[in-house]
Amino acid sequence: MIGLSHYLILSAILFSLAVAGIFLNRKNVIILLMCIELMLLAVNFNFVAYSRFLNDIDGQVFVFFILTVAAAEAAIGLAILVVLFRNRRSIDVDELDMMKG
Amino acid sequence: MKATLLTIVLAPLIAAAIAGLFGKRIGRAGAHWITILAVGLSFGLSAWVLWQSMTTTAVVFDDTIYTWMVSDGLSMEIGFLVDRLTALMMTVVTFVSWMVHIYTVGYMREDPGYQRFFSYIALFTFAMLMLVMANNFLQLFFGWEAVGLVSYLLIGFWYKKPTAIHANLKAFIVNRVGDFGFLLAIASIVYFTGSLNYGEVFAKSGALTAGRLEIFTGQLWPAITVTCILLFVGAMGKSAQIPLHVWLPDSMEGPTPISALIHAATMVTAGIFMVARMSPLYELSEVALSTVLLIGATTAFLMGLVGVVQNDIKRIIAYSTLSQLGYMFVALGASAYGAGIFHLMTHAFFKALLFLAAGSVIIGMHHEQDIRKMGGLRKYMPITYLTMLVGTLALIGFPGFAGFYSKDAIIEAVHLSTIPGHGIAYFAVLSGVFVTALYSFRLLFVVFHGKERFDDHTREHLKESPWVVTLPLILLAIPSVIIGALTVGPLLFGGWFGSSLQVLQNHDVLAELGHEFHGPMAMVTHGLQQWPVWLAAAGALTAWFLYVKRSDLPAVIAEKLSPLYRVLDRKYYFDEFNQQVFSQGAQQTGRLFWRIGDETIIDGSMVNGTAKAVGWFSGVIRGIQTGFLYHYAFAMVIGLAALLGWLILAG
Amino acid sequence: MIESGIFYIFATTLVAAAIGVITFRNPVYSALCLVLSFVTSAVLWILLEAEFLGIVLVLVYVGAVMVLFLFVVMMLDINVEQMREGFTRYAPLGVLVALVVAFEIGYVVLRDAGAQPVKSPLPAEGYSNTEALGAVLYTDYAYAFELAAMILLVAIVAAISLTMRKRAQVKFQDINKQVATRAEDRVRLVTMKSEPRQ
Repeated sequence: MIGLSHYLILSAILFSLAVAGIFLNRKNVIILLMCIELMLLAVNFNFVAYSRFLNDIDGQVFVFFILTVAAAEAAIGLAILVVLFRNRRSIDVDELDMMKG
Repeated sequence: MKATLLTIVLAPLIAAAIAGLFGKRIGRAGAHWITILAVGLSFGLSAWVLWQSMTTTAVVFDDTIYTWMVSDGLSMEIGFLVDRLTALMMTVVTFVSWMVHIYTVGYMREDPGYQRFFSYIALFTFAMLMLVMANNFLQLFFGWEAVGLVSYLLIGFWYKKPTAIHANLKAFIVNRVGDFGFLLAIASIVYFTGSLNYGEVFAKSGALTAGRLEIFTGQLWPAITVTCILLFVGAMGKSAQIPLHVWLPDSMEGPTPISALIHAATMVTAGIFMVARMSPLYELSEVALSTVLLIGATTAFLMGLVGVVQNDIKRIIAYSTLSQLGYMFVALGASAYGAGIFHLMTHAFFKALLFLAAGSVIIGMHHEQDIRKMGGLRKYMPITYLTMLVGTLALIGFPGFAGFYSKDAIIEAVHLSTIPGHGIAYFAVLSGVFVTALYSFRLLFVVFHGKERFDDHTREHLKESPWVVTLPLILLAIPSVIIGALTVGPLLFGGWFGSSLQVLQNHDVLAELGHEFHGPMAMVTHGLQQWPVWLAAAGALTAWFLYVKRSDLPAVIAEKLSPLYRVLDRKYYFDEFNQQVFSQGAQQTGRLFWRIGDETIIDGSMVNGTAKAVGWFSGVIRGIQTGFLYHYAFAMVIGLAALLGWLILAG
Repeated sequence: MIESGIFYIFATTLVAAAIGVITFRNPVYSALCLVLSFVTSAVLWILLEAEFLGIVLVLVYVGAVMVLFLFVVMMLDINVEQMREGFTRYAPLGVLVALVVAFEIGYVVLRDAGAQPVKSPLPAEGYSNTEALGAVLYTDYAYAFELAAMILLVAIVAAISLTMRKRAQVKFQDINKQVATRAEDRVRLVTMKSEPRQ
């Protein structure tokens, strides 16, 4: 029988993989964005699982909103990326240190 | 009685306010009329109060007029204590003040600050009356400070004159030193007795005797001694005793009537009055009495010597005042309070007379004060000459004159005293008699006798002063002659002061003197067989010889004894000492605090140091801010992991 | 039994796809792996009886967002080799942090495993997940829903304004200028002598 724990463990593994991905692909902004999408997916997993197991539809409403915001975030993030690439001909994170104080 | 006393005090105050605030509107005549009338009224009523207290036995008015506040059981009020001591002081103060008011009409005739001047001196009369009539320490302190303030204002009356400004600052600062001691004494009294009222404090003086104060660690001092010496420090400031005397000669920068009123006759005697008033406390501490005696004797002798070499007519009289104040303190130190007050009274008359006569000379000489530029004035100013002669004779103690009785009584009292230090004091006051006669007659001879050393222009205008000037001289000359003989009996030996002056049995030198007293005439004949009179005569003769007969001699002597002369001329280097040690010392200390305390510690390490620390810390932190996106992402993720861990461990 | 089988198959696929996302050299493969992980997730959500969200995930996310990702990845000329530099440099740290996070979450989940709620049956016939979600979304969460719509609008505007650029060579109409035009500015009449016939 598949219980709540199964889903939670799965989401934990997913989240951890995303965290590891951030460290591994530190130079590639696109993959960083993908990792963030993965993290959000893991979080959504928890919401959906809890919603089902607690019989409360509100959790799914939250997932709905998270998807909305994630979509907006992805769109803007990619737009920024495009502008960045157009200006610098590169998306290498090592070259992006304009924030240095 | 209450209404009378209030009128005495308030009349000068109201007159001062009117003359000061509405001076322009009432004009010069209005200003002098209103103040003269007000002070005259005060004098009349004071004389009546004195008469009342003399005729009716033991009428002592001691009552509270107004309670200002009561804080923790300590009542702060305005109240009057009028016994014979106070009544006598009131009469002397108002009389001299009245004379000075009249005299000022002539002396300040052309001064632009005419109304202001009258306002000040009337205000001074008010302050002085508050001081002497007080029945509690708070009001005494108020009067004490108020006369100090008016003194400051009047020394700097000609505020465009730099020397006057320096002099009034000096007077104010030196008096602050004394007042600090005075304030500490009052604090000590309140601490031990819990009251400000004279009567209550005297009743509880046992608490002061039993009390101990730890001034230095491990040394317990009797509270009564400490308190009395601190009170005396206050008196030293106000009455200009060594080493706080330095302001008085400089205060002669003020107008002459002020020198007469404040710096000779009344304000400077506030210290004497206060010590006499506190006699129930002083009697309990022989150490304090001894201190008073020795300081007084030192001042009496040393300041007289300085007077011998001075050339400014007013400064000579100022040093004479210092010396005479020293005599009064000697009397107080020897427990002869009556003699001290007696000398205070006689001195007030003849010293005011001397000052006003000097002022008359200064008017005649067109504000020339150097006696080397005078000489032979006798025939131009006969009245001034005669009155000044009377003042001088009274001052040196010519038998029969006022000063004779008071000074003789003091010298005899010291002779009989058993207070520690009386031997030195006796020697000092006895030598002082010679010195007094020397400088007094030197002044008289140099100014009024000998060759005329002024120019023709001055001679053309040289004439006797107007009647408003000479009238007070004459009116003051009369008591200078007779007041001593009239009052010596009752004041000194008749127990006239009653309970206002208290003397312990074994200190009571006046009572001992009283056994030998057989009336003023007998005192004169007795005096002729004593040292002082002959010393005074010797002094006068020496002065005559040096300044009339052989007027070339003083310069020779000065050259022969040049080290001594220089010390006297520099007034024992007190000013230089104060300048070097206190003034420079304070400046050096200030500079030290400025450089190290302010600039280095506060500005350097605290204000700028904070900024520097922030800058340094930012420099360190800046290294962490690489600007690389992934570093921030790493920080976030690691932070998240750490937070989770904390949550788990804590929960 | 069937449920367990489906769960394990798709869970394994999901984890494998996620590993693919973070390890592939080529971002195109990574993106495709992400698509795969979204699709498998959608299957698992449907297994959890959240049919609407599962379908939305496929339609909206895979259909729109991931296609956007692919577009961008392909559009940008990315130097893959340069991107891979230092791939292993932070790997130990990354693995460590990932393990810590996994351990922490797993610890919490397993600690409370016994007390977790069991799946209760859904209401009777006629229950629709979409309907239920809609009923809540348009009533209780009406304002939040409108806000979400606003956010999407802003995202659209932002994305367009960021990526739009004016090209110097391109010619286009300027209505304002057209309207403000005057004849004098356009035509210059020149008078000149006619040249004599030769």
